[in-house]
Amino acid sequence: MKTCLVVDDSKVIRKVARHILETLNFRVSEAGDGREALDACLVSAPDVVLLDWNMPVMSGMDFLRALRDSAIPTRPKVVFCTTENGMAHIRAAIEAGADEYVMKPFDRETLESKLQIVGMA
Amino acid sequence: MSAPSLDLAPARGLLPRASSKGTMGVLTAILEARTGQQLAANREWRVETVLKPVLRDLGLETLDALATAAQHSTAIGDRVADALLNQESSFFRDAAVFEMVADAVDSLRATKLNRRPRVWSAGCSFGQEPLSLAMLFAERGADQHDLPPEIIASDVSEAALARARSGRYSQFEIQRGLPIRRMVRWFDGDGVDWVAKTELVRRINYRRLNLVTDPPPVGRFDVILCRNVLLYLTIELRRQILDRLATVLRPGGVLVLGAGETVIGQTEAFRPSARYRGLYEPAVREG
Repeated sequence: MKTCLVVDDSKVIRKVARHILETLNFRVSEAGDGREALDACLVSAPDVVLLDWNMPVMSGMDFLRALRDSAIPTRPKVVFCTTENGMAHIRAAIEAGADEYVMKPFDRETLESKLQIVGMA
Repeated sequence: MSAPSLDLAPARGLLPRASSKGTMGVLTAILEARTGQQLAANREWRVETVLKPVLRDLGLETLDALATAAQHSTAIGDRVADALLNQESSFFRDAAVFEMVADAVDSLRATKLNRRPRVWSAGCSFGQEPLSLAMLFAERGADQHDLPPEIIASDVSEAALARARSGRYSQFEIQRGLPIRRMVRWFDGDGVDWVAKTELVRRINYRRLNLVTDPPPVGRFDVILCRNVLLYLTIELRRQILDRLATVLRPGGVLVLGAGETVIGQTEAFRPSARYRGLYEPAVREG
């Protein structure tokens, strides 16, 4: 069973994403900001991180850069999932190393499609 | 933050109901008469949902009224048929198929072909399939040859073709099957939509074509994609269309059907390809 860490400061979004991911046969864990997510990855890296952009404490971009610079042996796939839907943000995410990008609002088909693209569904 | 949308069952109680089997019969007969497509009983629930915008636009209140109007107006009948067609599509649907098609075109190049490879996307819906082909060919450098591939895309629905020609997709549509790097490379944001770059759209020649009643485009093809179209037709129509496609597929060419479709038991004109798993080639090769 693949594992996915959902990183979002919205409980509602985490709950919805969890529901979809569990129907896609993922084991799901959650973090409320980038710092929590980085700590979780250092303990046990998931297969995929579903990552919001704007969060308190540590943003999604700061998490991604920290993950890149960390000593985690197997880097998880990182899929941004954000309302930042402009081309400039998308380009910045790709340049920072994001594997895929989900523009909110999303549905089950969108999430499944993006996870297939990164080889996780 | 915006909440994600969730799949919801159609709110049936809020929709104008078909008052009788007769109305449903009239509406599905209109679809079949114009396209040859049949509406499976297990998809009848779609009828009310997809026709709701048509009712609203025409100021009609019930499907009975729409059925009556469609019987007396070609334009309204066309709108009903367009709405009832299953236009579901996505970019790079069954991604491995696209790689095989690109391989087939590349292998033609290796034979020092002195003409443009020709590819026909039959039943292209809103254009995701031909755009996927155009992206792939361009990325593989095929366009840098003197004779780039010719892509012809056809559909029975003029409304679908208008969408395809526009190259415009909603945020939900653009995220079905299209890797983000390709989206950034080949599309521009326009408000809440995403629009294919002109240089991509202009590689495709769109035309209206009814596979049941119209002859194929002139000339012969190296690749024909006819995916998830035949499954809505009767066995007899499938055979007729497959036999017609065989007449315009070059020796050595390949036919691509949908993942759940086959030629086996439908026609003797094709056989499974020895080179490309899941694709088909003409059964009788010419010299």
